[in-house]
Amino acid sequence: MMSRFIAGRLAATLPVMGVVAVIVFALLRLAPGDPAAILAGDAATPEQIAAIRARLGLDQPMLEQFGGWLWRLLHGDLGTSIISNQPVARLIGDRIEPTLALACTTILFAVAVAVPLGVVAAWRHGTWVDRGVMAFSVIGFSVPVFVLGYLWIFGVAMNLRLLPVQGYVSLAQGFGPFIERLILPTLTLSVIYIALIARTTRASMLEVLGEDYIRTARAKGVREPRVLTRHALRNAAVPVISVIGLGIALLISGVVVTESVFNLPGLGRLTVDAVLARDYPVIQGVILLFSALYVLVNLGIDLAYLLFDPRIRY
Amino acid sequence: MRAGLTRRFVAAAVGAALAGAAGPASAQGKSVLKVVMHSGLRITDPIITTAYIARNHGYMIYDTLFATDEHFEIKPQMLKEYKVSDDKLTYTFTLRDGLKFHDGAPVTSEDCIASIQRWGKRDGMGQKLMEYTAALKAADDKTFTLTLKQPYGLVLASLGKPSSNVPFIMPRRMAETPADRNVPEEIGSGPFRFVKGEFQPGLKVVYEKNPDYLPRPEAPSWLAGGKVAKLDRVEWINIPDYQTAVNALINGEIDYIEQPPHDFLPVLKGQKGIVINNYNKLGFSSMLRMNWLNPPFDNPKIRQAVLWAVNQQDYLDAQIGNPDFMQPCLAMFVCGTPNATDAGAPPKPDLAKAKQLLKEGGYDGRPVVIMQPTDLAIVAPLAPVTAQALRAIGMKVDLQSMDWQTLVGRRAKQDPVDQGGWNVFHTSWVNADMLNPIANVGVNGKGKVGGWFGWAEDPEIESLRDAYARETDAGKQKELAAAVQKRAYEMGFYFPTGQYTSPLAYRSAVTGVLDGPAPVFWNIEKK
Repeated sequence: MMSRFIAGRLAATLPVMGVVAVIVFALLRLAPGDPAAILAGDAATPEQIAAIRARLGLDQPMLEQFGGWLWRLLHGDLGTSIISNQPVARLIGDRIEPTLALACTTILFAVAVAVPLGVVAAWRHGTWVDRGVMAFSVIGFSVPVFVLGYLWIFGVAMNLRLLPVQGYVSLAQGFGPFIERLILPTLTLSVIYIALIARTTRASMLEVLGEDYIRTARAKGVREPRVLTRHALRNAAVPVISVIGLGIALLISGVVVTESVFNLPGLGRLTVDAVLARDYPVIQGVILLFSALYVLVNLGIDLAYLLFDPRIRY
Repeated sequence: MRAGLTRRFVAAAVGAALAGAAGPASAQGKSVLKVVMHSGLRITDPIITTAYIARNHGYMIYDTLFATDEHFEIKPQMLKEYKVSDDKLTYTFTLRDGLKFHDGAPVTSEDCIASIQRWGKRDGMGQKLMEYTAALKAADDKTFTLTLKQPYGLVLASLGKPSSNVPFIMPRRMAETPADRNVPEEIGSGPFRFVKGEFQPGLKVVYEKNPDYLPRPEAPSWLAGGKVAKLDRVEWINIPDYQTAVNALINGEIDYIEQPPHDFLPVLKGQKGIVINNYNKLGFSSMLRMNWLNPPFDNPKIRQAVLWAVNQQDYLDAQIGNPDFMQPCLAMFVCGTPNATDAGAPPKPDLAKAKQLLKEGGYDGRPVVIMQPTDLAIVAPLAPVTAQALRAIGMKVDLQSMDWQTLVGRRAKQDPVDQGGWNVFHTSWVNADMLNPIANVGVNGKGKVGGWFGWAEDPEIESLRDAYARETDAGKQKELAAAVQKRAYEMGFYFPTGQYTSPLAYRSAVTGVLDGPAPVFWNIEKK
């Protein structure tokens, strides 16, 4: 039953990606800008631009261009970058590690901090602890990521000189250099997720802590930490998991500012660079990847519900 | 005390990282220069694009037959000697001994001929040279001849041109790639080798010293003379956020920034151990370009009105704002160079005259579409200055904000304004690209076919440019350049909005940085 559910969800990925492919392809062709003019350079004549457009096939009817791209896609070929002439798959492969690494460290750190904060805030509802967590949440939501990033750089990297300002080192080159360069971006990016997850955890916990079975557990003499973690938190987990899943999806595709501030060569920067250069095959490839990841992350969330709430059945 | 403990704790936690972060090259005691250039390298072929980052990459791995020195003289670079026949129709070039490509193959005449021919299909000066060329033939492996149909005054200036597109010499197999396709390899004979395995388009480029390179014996001068690579490895790292790049420079994580924005220079000047070097005295120019195809600028009187309405100082104040790095200059072929002149330029703004010309031109009140690229910091401030100047003489303005690449796509359209066309855009050039009437595309008068964006059409200026190209006497060339400029102002080809320089910033451990019209990395050492 479960395997049928998973197979069904994976199969549903295909039409979703098909719709995304059509929309992205059409939007890009309708957007202003011309990669041929960009390639031709500042001193180009109209004849040179037309020649490049013809070579790239950009002078063909849109349906023909789409058909060609789709055909190559079905054969596992994401195409070649118009600008750098490199295979799109290679460009994505080069950039995916920093993005996934930052997403993982951020979400792990955020969950590790936010869930206990939310639990404690709910447990000590109405006290200064609760108000402190709520105040932190408001600030975390409100301060722009780039401001936080520069503050961390100014304090930790420039003044204390404890960590580097920028850059990324692959995990393959050693865990030390790898994690050293992820600390500040993770601290920067996790604040908003800590705020979001802490608030959600608190709200969900408050609802659960008012339930009869919690009162019963306490009446039976179950110790408070066990009440909070085994009885309350587990039942409050479903909305928290949803928020965490949403966070992962956003982290994979939406960390352009953090990647720029800390000079991390991730997918966000690849996407922005490709958009600015009208590098159609790269944009199409990256967005297809994002849509597939979104579907997979959502599937992962649905499966995670089963772990926490046995009442859920697929 | 607490700060000290924290510091020790973090230091211990990342101790292994600090030891390993230096990377393999520095661990072996090699000298490595970490550089932030003005842009990421994406296109590695310096012939198919005019992008300056590709030109700079070209200077790393390729060599040139000739090069321009600090006195604007064209000097042999890969050549042992060259001879010009008495009738000035045949040039004989002889290569230096021992020149080798990075794959070990010797540089031959055939490589040079194929490279010149490919460049001649793309570059403006190259195309002109090819128009006058009857034949390019190899006499032997090291000697080849260029035979002209008629005397041409720009043979050496073309082959030794300092900026995009530079006639770099590639192996014949690469140079036979169609001129609109990227070469499949990065093999040159220059002082540095391209490390293909570490290339990440738009992110990182790595070069290693070419141990087989044979520098000329002369001292380096601009792009000429001995190119002695003293660094083992040069890494170009693209940091898109300049605040981050500046922080990394101050922190010692990088060694060199090619073009820190002018806003950051006061911050950098105050830092110990940072050098600001105005290495490119020739600098850059910006221009206001009108579209001759669309009203109201299809009317020369109205173009003239604009030239009398605008003020260079206003542009420079908005764009640079620092007198140390800007210079009003009305010379279209760049102040401080052999062809510099004020011929034909409006001596100072005159709004009354501009209004009179506008009236004589019958301006009908239609809005003028000015394209403003808001993402290009050096060009973005120019459009509002033009808008204000035009409003001051009674013109209606439609200032349209967009990103630079949208502008690049739109400026190529020859359509009317209501069908996606345009009236005005601004851009900036490296002045090394503007030194004469053939190199400077702003004075191209070929119109819709073969012309430059804005499509100015004027047979008279084309005949003056041809005369300049044919002239072999330097004095007469100068007179013809002045005549071209005078005509260009008269017809309203473009308005130069002023010159500026953009210095380098690097750590004081870096020495031997050369002046020149492009950043080069030979002669540089890092202590």
